Amino acid sequence: MDNPQASKLPVPHVSGGYALYLGCTAPVRALNYERAARATAARLGIELIDINDFGCCGFPLKAVQHDAALLLSARNLALAEEQGLDVCALCSSCTGTLAEANHALQNDEALRQRTNQALEAATGHRYNGTIQVRHFVRVLYEQVGLARIRQEVTVDLSGLRLAAHYGCHYLKPVDAHDRFDDPENPHSLDRLITALGAESIYYEGREQCCGGGILGADENTALAMPRLKLERVVAAGADALVIVCPFCDIMYELQQRRIEKLYETRYNVPVIFYPQLLGLAMGLSAEEVGLPLNRVKSKKLMEIAGDGRAQG
Amino acid sequence: MIDTTIPQDRMDPTFADEIAAEPGGEHIRRCFACGTCTASCPVREVTERYNPRRIIHMALLGLREPVLTSDFIWLCSTCYSCHERCPQDVRITELMHAIKNVAVRHGYIHPSFRTQVDQLLVHGRLYDITTYENERRVEQGLPAIAERAKEIAAILAATGLAEIPARGDELLGTQDG
Repeated sequence: MDNPQASKLPVPHVSGGYALYLGCTAPVRALNYERAARATAARLGIELIDINDFGCCGFPLKAVQHDAALLLSARNLALAEEQGLDVCALCSSCTGTLAEANHALQNDEALRQRTNQALEAATGHRYNGTIQVRHFVRVLYEQVGLARIRQEVTVDLSGLRLAAHYGCHYLKPVDAHDRFDDPENPHSLDRLITALGAESIYYEGREQCCGGGILGADENTALAMPRLKLERVVAAGADALVIVCPFCDIMYELQQRRIEKLYETRYNVPVIFYPQLLGLAMGLSAEEVGLPLNRVKSKKLMEIAGDGRAQG
Repeated sequence: MIDTTIPQDRMDPTFADEIAAEPGGEHIRRCFACGTCTASCPVREVTERYNPRRIIHMALLGLREPVLTSDFIWLCSTCYSCHERCPQDVRITELMHAIKNVAVRHGYIHPSFRTQVDQLLVHGRLYDITTYENERRVEQGLPAIAERAKEIAAILAATGLAEIPARGDELLGTQDG
């Protein structure tokens, strides 16, 4: 540390691609999401590079021990930095956890030094604070942009009434996400949906959390949260719930039958990841966006996928 | 639950200091109990067992044991609604983490979180990557992935998480659903 100022300067790197951060949940529970993300990224020229050494982002340890969580985040950030790549994550919790850690490490030099000391001792890595963390859908919104996305649409989605679910860590805490969207009245996902020609409808409790964070601690309380969302989405007459996080998917789709059993009712709400919807609008096939893996089947979406195949 | 009248000998004035010394807990004394957190809370919307304003108030009163041994501190879903709305910038989501960190240090880790730590120690991730998982991935045209637990286990060992005291297990294991 001969010059403390020098270490603050970001090392320039080519931001041609992103280190693809899969996290724990997406690569084993949301293969449809991962498939659609990779397929749409390839079509749109976003280079996603796999880094095999990535591990847990640290999210589950935040409640257990702050320092351990920060170290797990820092380790992943260091792995991406070693390749000169920004991070692009599919899971909102991973994005939020890594972005928060990054924000703290970039703005607190003492914390960074302390963290690096422990990180180097345990793993041999160190993080210099030179990269950024982005959610895949934020990359679509900011880097690809709505204009380009509108140009790519070849399949008509008009007539589809969709309920956008932002979830939490995709945009909050806003400081860690550069305030790119408004936590009280978010708009990025709505605009991404309407850019495809579909309608993004209003429904009560749009901003409500999926409850995934407490599924392990108290299942019944956790399931009461997606139940409310499903009730409201049905009441609004949505054709599907559009999500951007694999853990939200666990709550709304994988748990939907259990919630229905628990509350003795039937919702039958199709749940689709935004990149799947984007892929269908761009003319990719149902198979290419992993649609057969979606559990709650949507006739409308399958028809659209059929059209996409015919035209593509 | 606690009685309406709180005996003074149950109030530990050092408790709030201990929380404030924890990363994320620094702003606890800023709370003026307006209740914006509780009104914004999606967990509170479905159960009365979780009430962030009440937890902060109990902590400020120094009710160490009732807070640390409770199951309700583990019911924050970390949605950051209160965090963004708090007019006093108490940073409640991080404060709840800080309170849980203190609880863990005193031996009251929730069993589900202990399970997650054990999982990370062995696999380096929350879900195992089995041969079956990779077969499914390859079927979908996705690259196979591998577990990389060694460095993560080293971090957990260095931070003392490899051996968390388990004193709270029995107590928390008997909570009602």
